[in-house]
Formats: sequence, structure tokens, C-alpha cells
Amino acid sequence: MSAMAKTSIHQTDLARKRLARRKAKEKRFRYAGVTAVVIAMVMLGWLVVSLVGTGYTAFFQHYLTITVTLDENILDPNGARDADQLRKANYRKIIQQALYARFPEVTYRRSKRALFQIISASGATNHVRKMVYQDPNLVGRELTIVVPVSDDVDQFLKGYIDRKAPEELRRVSDQQIAWVDQLVTSGELVRKFNWRFFTAADSRDPELAGIAGAVVGSIMALGVAFFLSVPIGVGAAVYLEEFAPKNRLTDFIEININNLAAVPSIVFGLLGLAVFLNFFGLPRSAPLVGGMVLGLMTLPTIIIATRSALRAVSPSIIDGALSLGASHTQAVFHHKVPLAASGILTGSIIGMAQALGETAPLLMIGMVAFVTEIPTNIMEPASALPVQIFLWSDSAERAWAERTSAAIIVLLIVLISMNAIAIFLRSRLERRW
Amino acid sequence: MKAASTNYISDLRLKPNMGEVIEMMASAPAAETTQAKFECRNVEVFYSGKRALHGINMDVPDSGVTALIGPSGCGKSTFLRVFNRMNDTIPNARVAGQILMDRQDIYGKDIDPVLLRARVGMVFQKPNPFPKSIYDNVAYGPRIHGLAPRKSDLDTIVEKSLMRAGLWDEVKDRLKEAGTSLSGGQQQRLVIARAIAVSPEVILMDEPASALDPIATAKLEELIDELKEKYCILIVTHSMAQAARVSQKTAFFHLGDLVEYDDTQTIFTNPKDQRTQDYITGRTG
Repeated sequence: MSAMAKTSIHQTDLARKRLARRKAKEKRFRYAGVTAVVIAMVMLGWLVVSLVGTGYTAFFQHYLTITVTLDENILDPNGARDADQLRKANYRKIIQQALYARFPEVTYRRSKRALFQIISASGATNHVRKMVYQDPNLVGRELTIVVPVSDDVDQFLKGYIDRKAPEELRRVSDQQIAWVDQLVTSGELVRKFNWRFFTAADSRDPELAGIAGAVVGSIMALGVAFFLSVPIGVGAAVYLEEFAPKNRLTDFIEININNLAAVPSIVFGLLGLAVFLNFFGLPRSAPLVGGMVLGLMTLPTIIIATRSALRAVSPSIIDGALSLGASHTQAVFHHKVPLAASGILTGSIIGMAQALGETAPLLMIGMVAFVTEIPTNIMEPASALPVQIFLWSDSAERAWAERTSAAIIVLLIVLISMNAIAIFLRSRLERRW
Repeated sequence: MKAASTNYISDLRLKPNMGEVIEMMASAPAAETTQAKFECRNVEVFYSGKRALHGINMDVPDSGVTALIGPSGCGKSTFLRVFNRMNDTIPNARVAGQILMDRQDIYGKDIDPVLLRARVGMVFQKPNPFPKSIYDNVAYGPRIHGLAPRKSDLDTIVEKSLMRAGLWDEVKDRLKEAGTSLSGGQQQRLVIARAIAVSPEVILMDEPASALDPIATAKLEELIDELKEKYCILIVTHSMAQAARVSQKTAFFHLGDLVEYDDTQTIFTNPKDQRTQDYITGRTG
């Protein structure tokens, strides 16, 4: 009995077994966690690799350097240098002649058509038209221009079209491949960085399409959303949290704000369609309306983030201010709101990032339009980056696939930067206190 | 690590035995009889309808330090917050009865709690400097009350307040630094300077030393001793030794009742109530 009494129950074999079991349990939990993280990382890595893999080629484009003769007989037969005439002139013929001159051996009509197909027809004609229109004195002279090749040739040169495949299964003929090879060897056809992708609006031709129109549309819509939702959201949150009486009505409002945060975004699009377009008669496809819809959608997020940021401020600071004779309003605006600023800012930026990635509500108010101009104000029709991605992903040509991926990469980079800014600002503002 | 071998009476965590308290009392200044700053008539406080204070009647003299002692939850902090109407800021709290400050009902219709709090400053249990510079901490009160029309006036107020709080020499070269960068004891003195800067008549202190180490506590008590010359001070404390050291009057609270209120010396040497005696001798509480 006395020997028993000396051994603690925590020193028996049973106790050791219990401990081992406890440790095994903890280990299993840790492994489960690590597995989950690894799976998530692999998925994310996969996504990034596949996006970058298909998308990075869109940042490059093949260009052909060619000398065109601006024949006065074609462009301006009566020699008047009339602006209207210069705009309407047959630039297509100019380009065609330049190409035929480069390959004089091509005589068949069908071969000529195939030859013309290796460059971007509208890209080249528009380029020359613009130059002549700006400087009519160019007519009659020779001009060396650099124009994008057609999307098929570009895809071929990027290796997406197999030269060994049977000719009838390729979009590039044997003859075209021969011309292209010749132009590449002579250095007339080179690969360059695709600036156009960042400076041009949407186009029917993939080699001419860019994201600038969509980016500008997104920026405008986001700006409208920001100026609508941040002041209203922060104001509403401060009022609800600090000044509103606590009664059934404010409880009801609070519940509804939480519900709104969970409402599918397409419903906000329907709201925008019914209210802003049909009732107020605002223009379709306009960034103003898109921004208003996105702003409404972001409002609950900002209100909730602001309220929780305000609640996180230590009440002792407010007590300190009140005890000095600050009024409640002063205590709130001198101390509570500044201390909550980093949280408010983070919430707002994350809300804005959400709005930036939103597609569904924009579809409802017509921002899904095919817009070839970069919008210059918020009332003009525009597209938005996610909608642009949606549109391109729907197109058939191979060249759209890489551009879709490239646009997604741009969108992701912007979103990650916005979140990074939010994190940076939060840590920065918090360090100040 | 405790600060080395300080007199253990100054260690708040230990309760002194009666002998030492009495010994100490011999050196404590005797309470003067002066007119009342506050007259409390049947003061009751309710939290969500539950009564936390039961009809307190008590006069607070307009000079010297009055200590409120008692076990946790006895209502002493609640009572303290009656004097600057801080209970108003707690939802569902209600104060009944009458508290006269200089013969004027501070819960009367013509009294604005904002101005009352400028007259009755408060120091909290946990130092709560604003997350701003030392200067801005002290300048905040004068600024919101518009006490210093010119920058130079404000500078004077800040300097004087910090001097009076015994902090000037330690911080005069770093007024731009954050108030939160100071040590706990310095923060508590900064908060006192902040309260002094609005020229209050009364300073309420809610266990001001409970978060401080013994050395900082000793400094704070020294400061309270100086401040009592100019301000009426009410202090809530857990430490009977502290009450004995700094106060001239002591009120003992128990379960929401004011059990005994007398000169500090009398309370600690000759308590009339059994509960007071049990508490100060360490038998309860």
C-alpha cells in the first residue's frame, strides 16, 4: 500500500499510453493542416502556371516591316488633298501593292489573297490612313511602316500551329509558311513587346485588341463606386455604431445590412437595370451606372468593416477623452475614427478589389458591350476588365485564348497589388500609434 | 523581477498587518475639517435595474485625499464614477439620489456633463494615454475647451501641467514622442498631467497604481501628496496601505453599502464596524 502511494497516477504505463494517444492526435491534426495547405498551394500554383503559360505570349506580337508607296493615283486622284477624300481612299490597295512588290513572283489571284492574309489588314490600312490623314504631304512618297502580322501568322510563329500538321488542318497554308520563313530570315518579320495590348481598346482582330478600353472603364467605374460607397458607408457605419439609438429599427437595419452583404451580385445588377436605367434613364453601358451598381454592392462590406474597426478601438481611450470633458461626438471623431482609420481603409480597399473583379452586375447594365474606343468620360459606353475577359473567353480564334489569359494576369496583378496596398497601409498606420 | 528590497508595505500585492499600518499612521497628516466639496444624499446606482449602490450618504471635503476602499465588487468604482457622471456613458446605468458639488446638483438639468468633467478630472486604473505625442496628450483638453487661444499659451499649459505631474524633467526633450512609448508609471503621470491641464477642481483616481510596480507606485503616491494641496482628490484603492499612506479620509464600502466613513487614522486604528475591522486586518476581502 505504501509503495503504491508513492507512484503518482501520472507515472504509470497507462498514463504514458494516454499521453502517447494525445500526442498522436495532435500530430494527426498537424498533418491534416499541412495537407490542406499543400493542396491549396498546388491548386493555386497550377492556376498561376496555366495562366502564365498560356498568357505570357500575348505580351509579344510579331511585326512586319514593309515599305509602302503612297500612290497619288490611288489615294488622291484629283490632287485636291481633301481631308474627306484622304480618309475614304483605298489604303487596302496601297498595302496590297506593297506586298505584291515585296513578292513579285506571286501572280495568281488566290496566291495574292493568301499573301495579303499574312498581315493584319485593318491594322495596316488604319495605320497608313492615320499617318496620311495627319500629314497629307506624305502622298506620293514612300513610307516604311511596321505593322502587326495577322493573328494566324502570329500564332504560327509562337508555335501554336504545327507546321508538320496536314495543310488542310492548319489555318496557315504551306505557301504562307514559306513567305513567313523568308521574311523572318531577312529580318523583316520580328517579335516585339506587344504595347498595343496595353494601349488599344477592344477590336474584332485579336492582333489589334488591347485592354486599355476595359482598364479605363474599370478605373472609371471603380472611381464612381469609391466616391459613392466610401463616404456613405463610413458615415453610415459611424452613425449606426456611435450615435443611433439602440432599438428595434436599428437592429432591423443592422440585420439587413448583413443580409445585403450576402446578396448575389447579379441582383445588384438587376437593381441597377430597374432603377438607374429604366427609371432614371441613365445611359446603358456607362461606367457611371456600373460604378453606382458596384458602389451599392460594396456598401455593406464597407459598413461592416468600419463598424468592426470602430468596435476594436479600446474603450479606455474614449473614457480618457470623455473624462477630459470631450463631448461624445468629439471623442468619436478625435479618437475613435482616427484609430479605426486603418481598419476602415483596409475594408474599403478590399471592398473595392471585390468590385473590380465583379462581372455579373455589369452584364445586367450593358457594360458587356463591344467597345472599340477608349472611353473619355463616365457617360460613354465602356467595358470593364472582368467583362472583357468574359467576352474574349467566348471567342473562337486561338489568339483570343492567350489574350484572355493575359488579361486575367493583368487583373490578378491589379487585385494582388490592391490587397498588398491594403496590408501595407494597415501596418503603416498601426505603427504610427 | 520585483524592484529590489523595497519596503514591502509599498508592494500593493501584500497586505500590511495592523501594527505597521498604525506605525505609519503616526506620520500621516491629520485630517483638517473643512467644508464639503461634494454632498451625497441617498445615492443609488442601477445597472439594468439591478441596484449596485444602496443609498450612500457621504460628504467629501474640498481639500485633501479621500480614499474609497473595500473588497472587489463593493461598488467603490461605481461610486467614484458618479462624481463626473461617467456612469452616463454606460448603457442601462441609472443614478438616483442627489450629489451636490459646491451646493449644486450635478445631475440637475442645467449641468452639462461635458463641463462637469472639465471640473472633475479622472485617472483610470490602466494608464490610457492617447496614441498621440506627449505634447498632444496634454494639450488635448485645453484645445477642446478653447483654453489656450495662442500656441505659446498652450506651450505654457503643457509645461506647467507636466511639471505639476512631476514628469517634465523626464519628457521635456521628447514631447513629440508617442505618449504610449512611456513606461507605465510615466504614462499614469502623463494622464494626470492631461487631467490637470484643463484646470479641474477635483481629480478622481480609480485604482491608479494597480498596474504599476512598487517604485512607480511610490512616485505616484508622492505626486498625489503634492496634488492634494491644490485639488480635491478621491481615490479608489485596493491597497489599504496606500489608503493609509495618502488619504486623510477613508470610506469603507461593502456589498454596495457605505459601511464606515471617517478620518483615515480612525478607520485604521479604531474602526467601529466589525466588517471594517475584518477587512483591514485581512480577515475578509
